[in-house]
Amino acid sequence: MIQTTTPPTGSPGRPMLRSPHPADLKPYRPGFWERLYLPLFIGLMVTLRHFLRNLFNPGSRYTIEYPEQRRNYSHRFRGHHILTTRPDGSVRCVACFLCAQACPAECIHIEAGEHQDENIEKYPVVYEIDMLRCVFCGYCVDACPEEAIIMSNNYDMAYFNREQSIVGKGDLMKPYTFDEEQLGYRPRFPEEDAKRSRMRRDAFDLVTAAKEAQAREEKKAAAAH
Amino acid sequence: MSTLAPPSETLPEVSPAVSEETATDFTAAAADLAVILATGKFPAGSITAVPENAGLDQTTWIVDRDVLFDLAGELKTNPATRYDMLLDLCGVDYPDRAERFEAVYHLLSLPRNARLRLKVPLQEDDAAVPSLIAVWKGIDWFERELWDMFGIRVDGHPNMRRILCHEGFQGHPLRKDYDAARRWILTEDKIYQPKFNLSEGGDDLFERMAINIGPSHPAMHGTFRLMAILDGETITASEVEIGYLHRCFEKMAETHTWNQVIPYTDRLNYCSSFINNVGYCKTVEKLLNVEVPPRAVWARTILSEFSRIMDHCVCNGTTLVDTGGLTNFWYLFQPREEIYGLLESCCGARLTVSYGRIGGLSQDLPPDFMERSRKLLEMIPPLVADAEKLVDKNRIWIDRSVGVSAISGEEAVNWGWTGPCLRASGVAYDVRRAHPYDLYDTLDWEVPVLFGGDVYDRFRIRMMEIKESLKIIRQLLDRGMPEGPYIVDDPHVALPPKEACYTQMEAMIYHFKLVMDGIQVPAGETYQMVEGANGELGFYVISDGTGKPYRIKVRPPCFPIFSTFPRLINGGALSDAIATLGGLNVIAGELER
Repeated sequence: MIQTTTPPTGSPGRPMLRSPHPADLKPYRPGFWERLYLPLFIGLMVTLRHFLRNLFNPGSRYTIEYPEQRRNYSHRFRGHHILTTRPDGSVRCVACFLCAQACPAECIHIEAGEHQDENIEKYPVVYEIDMLRCVFCGYCVDACPEEAIIMSNNYDMAYFNREQSIVGKGDLMKPYTFDEEQLGYRPRFPEEDAKRSRMRRDAFDLVTAAKEAQAREEKKAAAAH
Repeated sequence: MSTLAPPSETLPEVSPAVSEETATDFTAAAADLAVILATGKFPAGSITAVPENAGLDQTTWIVDRDVLFDLAGELKTNPATRYDMLLDLCGVDYPDRAERFEAVYHLLSLPRNARLRLKVPLQEDDAAVPSLIAVWKGIDWFERELWDMFGIRVDGHPNMRRILCHEGFQGHPLRKDYDAARRWILTEDKIYQPKFNLSEGGDDLFERMAINIGPSHPAMHGTFRLMAILDGETITASEVEIGYLHRCFEKMAETHTWNQVIPYTDRLNYCSSFINNVGYCKTVEKLLNVEVPPRAVWARTILSEFSRIMDHCVCNGTTLVDTGGLTNFWYLFQPREEIYGLLESCCGARLTVSYGRIGGLSQDLPPDFMERSRKLLEMIPPLVADAEKLVDKNRIWIDRSVGVSAISGEEAVNWGWTGPCLRASGVAYDVRRAHPYDLYDTLDWEVPVLFGGDVYDRFRIRMMEIKESLKIIRQLLDRGMPEGPYIVDDPHVALPPKEACYTQMEAMIYHFKLVMDGIQVPAGETYQMVEGANGELGFYVISDGTGKPYRIKVRPPCFPIFSTFPRLINGGALSDAIATLGGLNVIAGELER
């Protein structure tokens, strides 16, 4: 054993370790009862208790029968991305490339085009996210100055091939914005922050706008018939 | 004391193992140079100390390569210095310097709680350092990594070959002139084949066989490969091969901005990813000299402890699965599931949280944080108690674990062990106590120590630490959540609030600057450590002030621990090797980076 010649001084009330580096081992020594295998029955009582409880009270079971049942996630869940829309149904993104720059996985590909409205200047002609590269860190949402990209709480993502995993503008704008329950990580959480009422209204607007856009589309489709 | 109390004569007198005066002081080593030079063994000029006003965080010496081996021996054995642990060895590449490479050794003296950094400058055409395995056994794999990553030869190393990269890999990836996007086609015929001498055991040759376990084997916890020679059921010789999960995180960090590295750190020890976030953010905050708001510090401490509980639950649960006790796994995974739920409600992800940010947290704590945490505090102890009741005095588990792969404290220190595994061998070293950070020095908790050094004690120490972590969390919750911001209010470090972004021009500009260029960290270097779930998790970070890290080196706690694996299992039964691996809590994501 190595001995210290300058033993460190312990502070009062805190005894020092007798030897900083013990060279000998003092393994656990089981007592008489333990050597008799008897404590095994304590363990059996534990499993029996759990078994009976789960048998007569299925609600206490911890497992979930996915996909019929799902875990409840918070409104911050970082799932599949959403490209939000303006009230007229067009994409909100102005192709500023901040999300692509902030992405640590480099999975966002944008091609910018000139917007007809000169107040908006640019819009993404192509906006693609490679879902197999994405690490769902939420940096794109943090970086977006327009609230144009947010996340949903959808985590069911499966693809038959790699090409399908590259999700384009249409898919990103499509289904999720219609239900507020499906929204995930986004810059504000209206249910949590009453102080920012103006912001809250805006956030609901996002949903209403999407709903209105959908209604318009349906009306258009009905008229076409 | 709980049912986990060890026999009375080894009752752990919990100790800080350090003196209070040096507890947070990195410069305890400042006077050591005079001691070393007074021995007269080293020629003048071969060791020079970097002056204190150079802005370094700890005592640093520039050492001539020729005296390195003698110096290491002297530093370890001299009673006035006693650097008994080698924490980390890494290389740094400076292509513009005349002496292109630098090998950086981080030493720790446990009895004195002093830290020392040695830098050995090396020329490109003669890049070699002497091997220090004779001094610190734990340096073995670090030296192989030095060769693998930088092409710095280590003279006298008994097994000088690549460790993290494939044998067919060409070049040395962490050199600055190596393109991060470069790829190689790696074929199976280059895979390393160990050369065991089968006939060594005499005439019972027909009894011996070579066996290969892993890398794709459920008992190998991730992706390790164990090659062993069996004599009946006894392992007579073995070798481990790692690197199957290597992704050169350190190289990738050099191509990203400081904040973009955080999602990469999630994937180090993915069982407790939040602790990695904290460790990395603290390191960069130290370079930036940023003070984190109290609310964020409070949340970081609580969530770190929850992550530690989770990690210990996983480790103990899977160890018992490997030894045949499946039921514990379910009891111990319930707290983990709920802690994941808590983390998800904070940041939106369960496993790869990315919740830390340089200067604080990515977003505020959720409104129901207190309730959920309190609920967890009630939920965890009964489940842990159930798991203990199942195995603690269970003869089958005792027979499988007591005395298995035992290692003494002295030897464990020599191998560079830290964390619960070291404390199970009787050395009370815990970063939270030895170098307190965040709120740990204001709380009442203990460092549990056991003296068996075997699988059984590693299991028990984790159970004891879960209870200490719960104690810490309870105290913090009783203190109440501090009011105030969750991230530092400095637009050069943290993104401005979104509302400000939408309404103020200045905030918008800061937002753009921060996303496009990243945080501008001033040039300098620092080493900062936190107590990870399986030991001292250190980050050695060098910045050149360009907005991207110049070099990030992670000191993974399980790297030196796993390098001991052949020493632990040789001579034992094959089934003991599986139990040992579970008890060491080796996480491939961190081991292989």
